[in-house]
Amino acid sequence: MGIVSPLGHDVETVWQAILAGRSGAARTTIFDASTFPTTFSAEVKDYDFRRYVQHPSQHEKCSRSSGFVIGAAVQACRQARIDVESQAPADRIDRTRMGIYLGAGEGSLDSDAFFAAILAAWDGERNEFLWPHANRVVQEQMQAAHELEQEPNMAAAHVARLTGARGPARSCLTACAASTQAVGEALMLIRRGQADIMIAGGAHSMIHILGLTGFNRLTALSRRNDSPETASRPFCASRDGFVLGEGAAIVILESLASARKRGATILAELMGYGSSSDAYRVTDMHDEGRGAVQAMKAALADAGLTYRDIDYINTHGTSTQENDSVETLAIKTVFQERAKQVPASSVKSMLGHLIAAAGAAELITCVLAMRDAIVPPTINLNDPDPELDLDYVPNVPRKMPLRVVMNESFGFGGQNNVVILKQHSEAQENPH
Amino acid sequence: MESARVVVTGLGAISPLGLNADQMWAGLCEGRCGIGRIRAFDPAGLRCELAGEVPAYSIQDYVPRKYRKSCKLMCRDIELAVIAANQAVTASGLITKGIDPENVSIDPARMAITMGAGIISCDMVELAPAAAVSTTDGQFDVRKWGQLGLEHVTPLWLLKYLPNMLACHIGIIHDGQGPSNTITCAEASAHLAIAEAVQVIARGDSDIALAGAAEAKVNPVLMVRQILLERTNNVSNDRPAEACRPFDANARGSVFGEAGGVLVLESLYHARRRGATILAEVVGIGQSHGIDPACARLESSGEAVRIAIAKALDDADINAWQLDLLIPHGTGLPQDDLAEAKGIAAALGDATDRVTVWPTKSMLSTTGAASGALDAIAAVKAISTGTIPPARNFDRPADGCRLRISADTVRRRIDHAICCSYTHGGQTAALVLKRYDEGASQ
Repeated sequence: MGIVSPLGHDVETVWQAILAGRSGAARTTIFDASTFPTTFSAEVKDYDFRRYVQHPSQHEKCSRSSGFVIGAAVQACRQARIDVESQAPADRIDRTRMGIYLGAGEGSLDSDAFFAAILAAWDGERNEFLWPHANRVVQEQMQAAHELEQEPNMAAAHVARLTGARGPARSCLTACAASTQAVGEALMLIRRGQADIMIAGGAHSMIHILGLTGFNRLTALSRRNDSPETASRPFCASRDGFVLGEGAAIVILESLASARKRGATILAELMGYGSSSDAYRVTDMHDEGRGAVQAMKAALADAGLTYRDIDYINTHGTSTQENDSVETLAIKTVFQERAKQVPASSVKSMLGHLIAAAGAAELITCVLAMRDAIVPPTINLNDPDPELDLDYVPNVPRKMPLRVVMNESFGFGGQNNVVILKQHSEAQENPH
Repeated sequence: MESARVVVTGLGAISPLGLNADQMWAGLCEGRCGIGRIRAFDPAGLRCELAGEVPAYSIQDYVPRKYRKSCKLMCRDIELAVIAANQAVTASGLITKGIDPENVSIDPARMAITMGAGIISCDMVELAPAAAVSTTDGQFDVRKWGQLGLEHVTPLWLLKYLPNMLACHIGIIHDGQGPSNTITCAEASAHLAIAEAVQVIARGDSDIALAGAAEAKVNPVLMVRQILLERTNNVSNDRPAEACRPFDANARGSVFGEAGGVLVLESLYHARRRGATILAEVVGIGQSHGIDPACARLESSGEAVRIAIAKALDDADINAWQLDLLIPHGTGLPQDDLAEAKGIAAALGDATDRVTVWPTKSMLSTTGAASGALDAIAAVKAISTGTIPPARNFDRPADGCRLRISADTVRRRIDHAICCSYTHGGQTAALVLKRYDEGASQ
């Protein structure tokens, strides 16, 4: 597992911050957002991908999110004992059987050139857009090396260069559900024998002018500018939107046979995956959480489990009015009489919302929760919403053994993805 | 593991060669070129002024009456996807909510949507009034933008430009509630989306999938990106019809364009039970990753192309001699075409002399994520008509290219066709389609 997030640049640092209930949100520094309705975000701080690689020149002009994924992938590969940056890897892994599946976002638009082009071409008096002026500015000011890194598939390209992976390669972008979907579909590729190992996860940064513009116009972001650390408050009555974050998270998935053969340390077992679409509205979630329910049920069925088997739900829990209400309703529908007994927390209260990278980052917290038998809290939950009455694990982590956990991600537009993880136990595998 | 067979039962394409799949196929058979001087905006000043643009259409004609309001939330990429999907579903004979809400014949929970999409560039004109109020001394000022400009941006603006919205709109219109994904692997997106949809059906998670891709690259930011990356043909602005020449000795670069293509995929069981016309079967998928240190070109060995084709043939359980048609990615960029030709020849071995290779981009242009969907549709048409259209703008093979490309129409029974695509980031895919023979399959 590897992570680069607003709470730190390695798995243990991030986990300790989460158990301490710390928030990664602060005033936005990447650009001057001081006049936006929302002036803060959860940025990755003091990060330099060059610390993780011997040959940084291969990634020199990479986008912010590709830089994050490099750090996360190197960490994950080291833990899984996959050689990186090696012309002749000694790990004896067949590169054609090792693939990559990322839920990754786009690079950041060259906004200087973009706005300069608009201004050069726009004749406001005549309401006319003079294209040749825009063409000229874009062609003169944009940089080839920067433009190369714009496509969302480039994060995977950097991971391929690091690892030499030549197996199945995909990137997806289903908004906030993308990296959970990437992990789920990567699982399917391994199950169907198309790969032995998949480097899966996500990377994203939308903390740029147009990203913040878009989310602010949608009124999706918290505007609690005087108190960024308490702004992300999932399931709280006074929640007013999500906190835009950024980062990358990578997990190495491997068939049990391959992991055994390599003598790899097994951190958890991926049991099930469910995907669905709301098919309702592009602007809203289905009001009864139809798609969320279907994805949860599909994941349970895929895992061969029932809702009675789930010990913990890592919710999507964004801190928007809509998500937290609909998600609560969906959990009640699926978990029935157990709904209020199963702890259901949101680490977005601390990490912020990593968009395409969110699901994989949260998946890592699920694995750690099982390892340490401790449920991460939902912080800033001081003012419970009377309508929302599940056990959200308010403010302090809770010690309890966890065998099977569910991780939920729901995307803008209605794409829903759920995965189920189980604690791996050698004893269970070898009952004799 | 149990695995359902997956067949193609509907095609939908909106391309530079016409507003539907039949028009596209007719254009390809005639060797017509869909490339011209850019009409969407005045391209004066761009080094390459050419593109493959779709003919004029009105999105309102392609969505259910009740959904017309939502058209204002669609950028052009979404429109192209919605039109192609509408056409494919109609052709398949499936009755979805979008076709006739009173007589729906599908189980919505069993229909998946897997679309490929490109990075969508926002409309400069749309943002111009906002930018105009956000200046200090004539320069863009982000503080003014936050304060004043923002108010001029329509509240739902972001939703028009999220790549997953192609699949979301299609899902809402046709009520597809099954698995839904958006593959964003540039030019390999469509083949990878089809590959994933096939797997979703094969593993039993859906009976039906709408799979394909759409992208509109006719936009100054996206065009300039290709120009700066030295992928465009900048010397043929006065000869659009001859500009794109895959594998030809006089090739000078790619021409970019726009399109949407969607295939209806179904489990064989589902298709037969409803008595659908089966157009072809998807029998092989191969995927790989190319590794070019600069990510600027296809690796010169074409190794990823070789691996993807080899894996697809293996998955289809056939050898190279059984292939009758190969549609390459072939963009008209000499280095890339040469590398791809090497990879293809390495995968086909001695069969290289036998397999007809038919590049399509000389007529369709490089339509980004959509290009692989158009090629898959063309392959299905070739199989069902026993026709391989002529390769346009192929007069003399480029040095080192020993593929069997025919400038004349080839008529023959086609049992197996393979389509290939790759991206400069490295993602590479190949897809084997097989003629469906009712008698032999029982």
